[in-house]
Amino acid sequence: MTTVTESHDDHHDHGPAKGLMRWVTTTNHKDIGTLYLLFSLVMFMVGGAMAMIIRLELFQPGLQFIDPGFFNQLTTVHALVMIFGAVMPAFVGLANWMLPIMIGGPDMALPRMNNWSFWILPFAFAMLLGTFFMDGGAPAGGWTIYPPLVLQGGNGFPFMIFAIHMMGISSVMGAINVIVTILNMRAPGMTLMKMPLFVWTWFITAYLLIAVMPVLAGAVTMLLTDKFFDTTFFNAAGGGDPVLFQHIFWFFGHPEVYILILPAFGIVSQIIPTFARKPLFGYSSMVYATSSIAFLSFIVWAHHMFTVGMPLQGELFFMYATMLIAVPTGVKVFNWISTMWKGSMTFETPMLFSIGFVIMFTIGGFSGLMLAIAPADFQYHDTYFVVAHFHYVLVTGAIYAIMASVYYWIPKWTGNMYNEKMGQWHFWISTVSVNVLFFPQHFLGLAGMPRRIPDYAVQFAEFNMWSSIGGFVFGLSQVFFCYIVYKTIKGGEKATDEVWEGAEGLEWTLPSPPPYHSFTTAPEIK
Amino acid sequence: MSSESENAYFIPHDAKWPIVGSIGLTLLLGGFANQLNGSTSATNVMIVGFLILVYMMFGWFGEVIDESESGTYGHGEDASFRMGMIWFIFSEVMFFAAFFGALYYIRIFSVPWLAGDGSGASTNEFLWSNFEAIWPTNGPGDIGGEYKKMGAWGLPAINTLLLLTSGVTCTWAHWGLVANKRKQLIIGLALTVTLGFIFVGLQVLEYSHGYHELNLTLGTGVYGSTFYMLTGFHGFHVTVGAIMLTVMLFRSIKGHFTPENHFAFEAAAWYWHFVDVVWLGLFIFVYWL
Ligand code: HEM
Ligand SMILES: [Cu+2]
Repeated sequence: MTTVTESHDDHHDHGPAKGLMRWVTTTNHKDIGTLYLLFSLVMFMVGGAMAMIIRLELFQPGLQFIDPGFFNQLTTVHALVMIFGAVMPAFVGLANWMLPIMIGGPDMALPRMNNWSFWILPFAFAMLLGTFFMDGGAPAGGWTIYPPLVLQGGNGFPFMIFAIHMMGISSVMGAINVIVTILNMRAPGMTLMKMPLFVWTWFITAYLLIAVMPVLAGAVTMLLTDKFFDTTFFNAAGGGDPVLFQHIFWFFGHPEVYILILPAFGIVSQIIPTFARKPLFGYSSMVYATSSIAFLSFIVWAHHMFTVGMPLQGELFFMYATMLIAVPTGVKVFNWISTMWKGSMTFETPMLFSIGFVIMFTIGGFSGLMLAIAPADFQYHDTYFVVAHFHYVLVTGAIYAIMASVYYWIPKWTGNMYNEKMGQWHFWISTVSVNVLFFPQHFLGLAGMPRRIPDYAVQFAEFNMWSSIGGFVFGLSQVFFCYIVYKTIKGGEKATDEVWEGAEGLEWTLPSPPPYHSFTTAPEIK
Repeated sequence: MSSESENAYFIPHDAKWPIVGSIGLTLLLGGFANQLNGSTSATNVMIVGFLILVYMMFGWFGEVIDESESGTYGHGEDASFRMGMIWFIFSEVMFFAAFFGALYYIRIFSVPWLAGDGSGASTNEFLWSNFEAIWPTNGPGDIGGEYKKMGAWGLPAINTLLLLTSGVTCTWAHWGLVANKRKQLIIGLALTVTLGFIFVGLQVLEYSHGYHELNLTLGTGVYGSTFYMLTGFHGFHVTVGAIMLTVMLFRSIKGHFTPENHFAFEAAAWYWHFVDVVWLGLFIFVYWL
């Protein structure tokens, strides 16, 4: 007994170190979570700034502000920054902060590696963003880095490849940590089927990550050797095939889009029951639906390649498999709505963002279904319709869920309530503007406006103008979001431990903010 | 009581090695990128980066070994390390899967299509009407010129035997460790490591044979690409595995590990079996069929 007590005292002696080195050498899941979240916010602003320049150039037909080469660099790096720098690190940050608390554990299972997962990222992004200042500029072949186009880039090319390698190392280590934490650090009594859905969705996401990030690493390695070491993986003259790259890339790429959305599903499944004051409808069906989505995500990749040339059987297989994903996705949407059904709902900011998520993510899901129809995709592919689709699922899907989670948990993290009125304003300005921004892009795409171009035919002018206006307002409202976050960190009304009336889960049993070490004694699980 | 001791899960503080690792990795890769872009001084940056990484590994693993030997870890930590290693190996499997996938795609689809199969009829007719689908190939453009195939039943077959044997000696060493027969442990490990390094040596010999006598290079069309990339990454992994086992050998000689507590040894052994299995895939699909 004495030895155990001693080790407890030991723990308490180690508060956070002081100064900058606290953040560089920390092994604490909350510190690392905070680092991830702040990093993600910075990247969100960097990627957002690029988007603003893109929308500025597209405000009117003709070339106004930037040259086409730079435009292509912007679209490429915007996507890479948003996917790998903003959305993924935000989810990993949330996982770091919340998973150990939600399962009643003391910390992440592998704390030193946790530190490294984070501290690779700033270096990787310095490398990626540094390419803007190199000969030939940043990579400009699109975030999908298809050969042979991407191989024609300038000095930035190898830096981009290595930056992707580093991001991959970081993600794989982060994912391993999540899996091990969930399998090994749960409080006694926290059985798998008692875990909150955010834990479940992250568990499954982590498997997707370790399954596909190495495949991306392989793909970019082949690009590198094709460019610098005479290999011919993607060169038909040597017996290879550029389409091979697309297969490998999308074998990574489609599971990747689910990596970007499954944790969002988890977040929304936490928030809606709280504000509907009802338990989640269909908990186990949520778990099974998430697992089937994850499984199916491995056999649908070629829906990104319908127009590239595939045997007919391939087109059909990938079309039907893709449509099949709509079934478990539908189950989830149904469950969220049923959770709200006859609930005593209130509409605080996290709930608003969650409802926004459910509605607008579903719009994105529907346009996805349209794209999944192979013959129709011959019309839609590489048009603004695709751009509209993935921005609905990613911005009003993934990003909205992240916003919701920030409002939901920031009182717990900081001990301060955010300003509810400002939160509501942020939601409504964002929601109106994001639809002005992306909805017209559906029409542009259907009418034939191609994606990834700096200039367009005059008949597209009006919708593009609206889209740009929506874009600027949406951009500004995210600056406002930064201000809200800043103010909440600095002060504000003190939050109670429970924060939300009707909230379930271990995180609400800890003080706000929680002590440096979350659960030094394992909590009782009901 | 049991739940109390679980609370003592060891949370290390002040991890200084990760940031060292990031700096090393950045210098290594940044230097490499600069070198690829034609800078001549970049090699030095690479070397510095590499040395920093090596320093980081000595430091980081050293710290963990000290903690392990001083009894800091219990069942909980041990389980975490095991799971971590298993899923790390799984991620490595997926890395190889990308290259195996490329090999299958090229052999099953792209080469036959170039020869006019299926939807490739007009590609073949208008671009390369003389091209026939035979494996191995350096493609319709005859990239890299005349070459000869690497046979399966010379060095590669010997290498297969070596690796399989080393898998056996590795397991034998493990039995020794579990039965507390230290001598068996040390001899078994020494044999495994020796076989591993002989494998790497023979692989180097084979490459030199390929480059100098068969005119088989990385630039020999898709055959050269897939051959060297797959066997090259495998050889690299064997080297890493052999180094890991060497460390285990030295630790065993120093008296580390007990029959109950020897995670590091098992991790290295798992890794070794993993490279073994990958080799079997290579032998069958790259050398033999
Ligand atoms: C019901 C579910 C979904 C279906 C049926 C679906 C279907 C599709 C299809 C067929 C395409 C290819 C369109 C083309 O290039 O012609 C596509 C593109 C895309 N989807 Fe989805 N999708 C779904 C959900 C999602 C989700 C949840 C995400 C991310 C969170 C997502 C992200 C993307 C992205 C980023 C692209 C564009 C990739 C690119 O070419 O740059 N999709 N989707
Ligand atoms: Cu997809």
